[in-house]
Amino acid sequence: MSAIDFRGCDLLGIEDLTAEEIQYILDAVPPFKEISEREIKKVPTLRGKTVINLFFEPSTRTRTSFEIAGKRLSADVINISVATSSVSKGETLRDTAENLQAMQADVLVVRHSAAGVPHLLARYLPSPVINAGDGAHEHPTQALLDLYTLQEKLGTLAGHTVLIVGDIAASRVARSNMLAMRKLGMQVCVCGPRTMLPVGIEQMGVECTSDFDAAIQGADAVMMLRIQRERHGEVLFPSLPEYSERYCLTAERLRRAKSGVLVMHPGPMNRGVEIAPEVADGLESVILTQVTNGVAVRMALLYLLLGGS
Amino acid sequence: MEKRIKAQVMDAVAMQRGLRRIAHEILERNRGAADLVLVGIRTRGVPLAERLCTHLAQIEGHTVPVGAIDITLYRDDLRGRMSRPVHSTDIPCALEAKHVVLVDDVLYTGRSIRAALDALLDFGRPRSIQLAVLVDRGHRELPIRADYVGKNVPTARHEQVSVLLSEVDGRDAVTILDGEPGTARA
Repeated sequence: MSAIDFRGCDLLGIEDLTAEEIQYILDAVPPFKEISEREIKKVPTLRGKTVINLFFEPSTRTRTSFEIAGKRLSADVINISVATSSVSKGETLRDTAENLQAMQADVLVVRHSAAGVPHLLARYLPSPVINAGDGAHEHPTQALLDLYTLQEKLGTLAGHTVLIVGDIAASRVARSNMLAMRKLGMQVCVCGPRTMLPVGIEQMGVECTSDFDAAIQGADAVMMLRIQRERHGEVLFPSLPEYSERYCLTAERLRRAKSGVLVMHPGPMNRGVEIAPEVADGLESVILTQVTNGVAVRMALLYLLLGGS
Repeated sequence: MEKRIKAQVMDAVAMQRGLRRIAHEILERNRGAADLVLVGIRTRGVPLAERLCTHLAQIEGHTVPVGAIDITLYRDDLRGRMSRPVHSTDIPCALEAKHVVLVDDVLYTGRSIRAALDALLDFGRPRSIQLAVLVDRGHRELPIRADYVGKNVPTARHEQVSVLLSEVDGRDAVTILDGEPGTARA
């Protein structure tokens, strides 16, 4: 396959990528993963580049992952979180971003609780913008690292079935994953209480069910999601114990799945709510592999977006 | 534009003889193969390193570890170009106390070797690093020289040296191509 030029592109969502582009990014990851396994975990590739993490929403994993990815490529990484920024003094989004641009940032990694904020900033800023999660809309780098993990463990993606369980409607991880998985020819089934399944989700080409016990039998991987309590104003289920009764991935439920099934979770986990501790730590769990792969996937992306600029 | 072949400077037999001689020189200089590691620079340095390994095994009866190094992330000419695909780097053993022989097809400006040295040193501190190349075509831009050379080939900057290897290209040959002046590249 010939090389694809991502120089200067924004990464705003899986929606904008073709299957070929997604596959190209995934195939670029392994040499970057190898760098993290070395004793000296650093290459000089992005020396002199500046990566700014602009996070308007709390994050440990994604922000740290981007920070480590940038640093392993020798970029300078600056973290700005909302609590310490001038946004709390009344500055507009656009002004904040343009000020950062004026300091010669080479790429802006943006997370915001409102959908579309990275897209808005991308329109004003000449340098690439990476969406690190916007509201309930998209989280493209999470989907890419999930797909990379699946490809690494299953060998191929097309034809395999992923079951995504939990708060589908409020989850940008679910949305980006569904888009990416369908583009790459995977079967996707989503499962959760009806109140957590978005209307018209079948149009994305995914199956839809509320019967976890039946759906788990056909899955090659089960992706558990937490309940996005910060995005819900109303109560979507009677009680947490009742939710767990039906939608927690327990060891007993996992026994119904095929042998070799993969257990995934984008984090943060609520142990005992959507996933039982012994399953999260069990042999089938690739949850920490996802985290490891996240750094490699983000290194590959920073390289593709900035490498030649 | 189609490049014209100006001259063929090595065929399969000459290549084989050159590599055989290099293998003997490596053994002579390092007094055997005990602490040697061969590291090929991707792409064509890797099959050359493997061939040297075969020669060393035939002469000395000792199989030397062979690694592969990709220098893309260490290049000094990334700016202004699109991100090249990065290939895997595979260093087969710890390099401490080893004599590493870097292997490449063509030595030209020396910039690839500079990048390879930086990459290699990120894997440890070998006792020494030596350089073996199939062809030295001159025109160095850095103070770098080869310890083992298959053939010295005087060239003009606008010419290209093309190395074909049966493992990658289906046949063995080194040819000089006539390029447009000003389009010289490694």
